[in-house]
Amino acid sequence: MKAVTWRGVNEIGVEDVPEPTIVNDHDIILEVGLSATCGSDLHLVGGYIPAMRAGDVLGHEFMGRVAEVGRGVTKHKVGDRVVVVSFTSCGQCWYCRQGLFSLCDNGNPNPGITEALWGQSIGGCYGYSHAMGGWAGSHAPYIRVPYADQGAFPIPDGVTDERALFASDAAPTGWTGAHQAGVRPGDVVAVWGAGGVGQMAARAAMVMGAERVVVIDRYDNRLQQVRTHIGAETLDYEEVDVPAELREMTGGRGPDVCIEAVGMEAHSPGLQHLYDQAKQQLRLQSDRPTAVREAIYACRKGGTVFTLGVFGGLVDKFPLGAVMNKALTLRGAQQHGHRYIPEILDLMSRDEVRTEHLATHVMPLDDGPKGYRMFKEKEDGCVRAVFRPAA
Amino acid sequence: MTTQTGRTASHTRHAAGSLVDRVRSAFNPSARRSVVGGQPGSGWLAVTVVCEPSTLDSGDLPTPLAELGDEIEVRVRPAPHGKGTELAARLRDHRPSGSAPSRLRGSDPQADLRSALHRAKQLIEVGEVLAVDPAPHGERPATPPGKLLEAWTKVAPKGGVR
Repeated sequence: MKAVTWRGVNEIGVEDVPEPTIVNDHDIILEVGLSATCGSDLHLVGGYIPAMRAGDVLGHEFMGRVAEVGRGVTKHKVGDRVVVVSFTSCGQCWYCRQGLFSLCDNGNPNPGITEALWGQSIGGCYGYSHAMGGWAGSHAPYIRVPYADQGAFPIPDGVTDERALFASDAAPTGWTGAHQAGVRPGDVVAVWGAGGVGQMAARAAMVMGAERVVVIDRYDNRLQQVRTHIGAETLDYEEVDVPAELREMTGGRGPDVCIEAVGMEAHSPGLQHLYDQAKQQLRLQSDRPTAVREAIYACRKGGTVFTLGVFGGLVDKFPLGAVMNKALTLRGAQQHGHRYIPEILDLMSRDEVRTEHLATHVMPLDDGPKGYRMFKEKEDGCVRAVFRPAA
Repeated sequence: MTTQTGRTASHTRHAAGSLVDRVRSAFNPSARRSVVGGQPGSGWLAVTVVCEPSTLDSGDLPTPLAELGDEIEVRVRPAPHGKGTELAARLRDHRPSGSAPSRLRGSDPQADLRSALHRAKQLIEVGEVLAVDPAPHGERPATPPGKLLEAWTKVAPKGGVR
């Protein structure tokens, strides 16, 4: 079968790969309907997460129909239309039972790599390097889904494929950020990044009762999407001083909750970006934490900063003094989507969460390299390139 | 060659002794090994498993650990606050721990034990050991970084810091 693969740094290919097979009893094979690019893929494409091997199949945000079921699967049958959470989590270990599914003890068959990096291994993720399990990704006609009773969710009849697709990763990641950051009714919430995850974090904060939600980015089309489809306010960080604007908007306090949805390749105007870029290229830091620094600086005393964008290693000039002296709570997580997806699908079916606008460019798998280029360079207002294997 | 039954029986013989070992190692500093970076001086490798301690107290260990027979001693105790059961094991012959790089490569003396603990935990909690291969992939050119990653990936199930 044809698949979109990582061939090397900034090199995407389309090549023939074997079809997946049932390996464990709790597997299903899914016929992929739609599979989205994600901002976190760009860290793989750019070589910032080094545990990629040429030939690895990309893609971790997807939906489709069940094509085959393992003998241990009880909740799904051939033909079911499902969306699959991007993390492989067993649902049985202590972390899964606490609802912290991305921290699953059992979902990463290569625990040695992340134990070495972080002291503990976390769950696996499709198409996201051998550090995260080496699972083949979803930019292909078929994908193997382990722990399928835990990770695949039936899509309600009234929800389109294009909407349900983003219940796989962008929406539950946003929900994870807002919920785990403890957003409460009346809060002012600032979100750095107006990509799919940032938009969904903003929507989640609104659903959880935030009084005011502000999304920060520099791309006009994305900020317009936030105002039109999410209903949040926006700030263009190339036009205004963000902490100053946030102070003014909050009576001098700063946001109660600051959610960073940018990750390790953050951009900022001015010298700070050049400094971080130079240090990253010289391998003196692995990640650029520009947005995290600003979130910490902007957050109100005693507030919460949540790192929802993907970071892999080490950062420089981290404002620990502000964290300590302002009594901030600093949290982060990959998505615990298993606990949020049923609610998200329900909200989607009631038109309270809309995501179709994120899929700005839908194309066949053969256009994989073009799709990633458009997504990375933001060509033609690309917010997400989405692949339809059957096209 | 030791049979499966023999190994299990051997483990059962040692089960009673494990409590004594536990107390001895807790109160006798000389029973502890020298500290090696990243490894506990006692030599115990541990995982916490969602199950009742009685599941493991019987001496009927999951196959991956039972297969190591009398090469290992096993310690079982409840984890605090409902977190399950702490399952620990160490090599009886007190071979020195490997270096940090050898542990990450999965080539240290405890590599098989580390892998057995991971697999035992999965069997108890999920009922199966998760396997990633055969995973579909495209052409893999034989580049040095690619070979290095492939080698690390192969041993990653045995590697780690535990």
